[in-house]
Amino acid sequence: MSEITNLVKSLAEKHGRYQESLLPILQGVIEQQKFLSEEAMVEIARELDISAARVFGTASFYSFLNTRPLGQYVIRVCRTITCMMHGKNQIIQELEKCLKIKLGETTLDGKFTLLETNCLGQCHKGPAMLVNDEPYTQLTPEKVRDIIQSLKMNEASKLSNPDLN
Amino acid sequence: MPKKNLKRLDLIFKNELDGEQILEKTIKRSKQDIINDLIISGLKGRGGAGYPTGLKWKLAGESEGDMKYVICNADEGEPGTFKDREILTQVPMKVLIGMAVCAKVIGAHQGFIYLRGEYKFLLDNLNEVIDDFHVLLNKIGFDFRVKVFLGSGAYICGEESALFESMEGHRGEPRNKPPYPTQSGYRKMPTVINNVETLAHTYSIFKYGPDKFKDLGVQDSRGSKVFSVSGDTPTPGIYELEFGMSLQKFVEDFGDGDAKAVQVGGASGFCVPRKKFGRTVIGYQGKLTGESLPTGGSMMIFNSSRSMYNVLHNYLEFFVEESCGQCTPCRVGTQQLLLGIEAVKRGERPSEYLDKLLKLAENMRVTAKCGLGQSVANSFSSIVENFKEEMIY
Repeated sequence: MSEITNLVKSLAEKHGRYQESLLPILQGVIEQQKFLSEEAMVEIARELDISAARVFGTASFYSFLNTRPLGQYVIRVCRTITCMMHGKNQIIQELEKCLKIKLGETTLDGKFTLLETNCLGQCHKGPAMLVNDEPYTQLTPEKVRDIIQSLKMNEASKLSNPDLN
Repeated sequence: MPKKNLKRLDLIFKNELDGEQILEKTIKRSKQDIINDLIISGLKGRGGAGYPTGLKWKLAGESEGDMKYVICNADEGEPGTFKDREILTQVPMKVLIGMAVCAKVIGAHQGFIYLRGEYKFLLDNLNEVIDDFHVLLNKIGFDFRVKVFLGSGAYICGEESALFESMEGHRGEPRNKPPYPTQSGYRKMPTVINNVETLAHTYSIFKYGPDKFKDLGVQDSRGSKVFSVSGDTPTPGIYELEFGMSLQKFVEDFGDGDAKAVQVGGASGFCVPRKKFGRTVIGYQGKLTGESLPTGGSMMIFNSSRSMYNVLHNYLEFFVEESCGQCTPCRVGTQQLLLGIEAVKRGERPSEYLDKLLKLAENMRVTAKCGLGQSVANSFSSIVENFKEEMIY
């Protein structure tokens, strides 16, 4: 069995084979794979005994359920009003410069994806962004450089110490 | 140091260590007594729509169903709102106890907290508190369990029927109403769905009695309210204030001295210009903070350096993206409003075109299927009418 089949099976066992488990299962795949491949969605449909179209229909509705590959670190910068007022554009420019990609793109090594998202609920501490599930607030271009630097270092140390993975 | 015209309250965030006694004491009371207390207190839904909480519990209790559910709506997506996150971080036990009492009143054994995906970082802590809560329930012998259901980044899922659809594994598209959730909610069963803050308030009512709660606020808008203050303010953050305050006093306390407008109730709320600060009172009967989609209490302050065109443009982009696309008035309407103000700004359309757009927004108010499409007109009309010149030049 492929890796995906195993993952979907274990998620279906954990959450139960009901239509109500669809979102938790999709989220589980995202957590491991960062995106929902066609293979994964077909496999989920098989496990839950519903049509693949229904799985895709649900998946494509939610902005955190991506159906195209994303990097290991998904950066979502809040674009809503107060973060905009407090300079989210400078933050995005700085990220584009640090990562050498444009908004919406993924770095060539597949490490980082840069996206915009709607209100993160951190309006009193804008500008804000999420890196995977972790919020970072009161951002400045300097702070952004440090964050990216430490994420890159993180990666480097994982490479030199594979046991930590 | 900010001025203090308005009294700061400390009910919601006060750390209470007697959760166990309050829960034990309250669930021994009769259902009728609990409902009466909530009705006397005047507590209304703090998500923004303002439905009387006691009545909601009563109706769900009277509905027939094999199963009943209690759901805490923590899909706090309204721009400018972040109070529910803070409540769930600081005093989650109050919310859970509110849910347990509700379960007793309506006869439910399963509850859910629908937590927005953006708040996933709260999950581990929240699950720990829920484990403690289950131990407490076992101790007093009450059969009720709470599970967190995580959202995946869709604003519309804060609309209660879209939230049920989402939990059932579907696209988050709102249902027709009626039937209301108290008759047919999650899995078509009678369901009480309350905002995080509402549930936390019920705790205070159980502890201190309904009269203390009723003493706060003004007619029809009782109790305190947690406000999320952001924008051009030296003191952004979360403040518990009394209902019935005037916007003038609010701006004096929280503004930077140059406030030209306050957006009350988020992108789906109303924009109040400086000249109307004195006449505007915050509370349900003022039709502010309420009558909109999820979340009340969002207060965004704009000073004179801000272009209200940019503000409206940002809101409309938000709605275009977050409209579920199910009904035409909202799907097409939001896009046309955005294209329309852009065309007027570029001079491709005459300024009178704004009147046409205002009509379109008002049409959406009566024809859209759910609160999202209906409330676009709130911000659109109040910004365009009060800042017309900024839309044109």
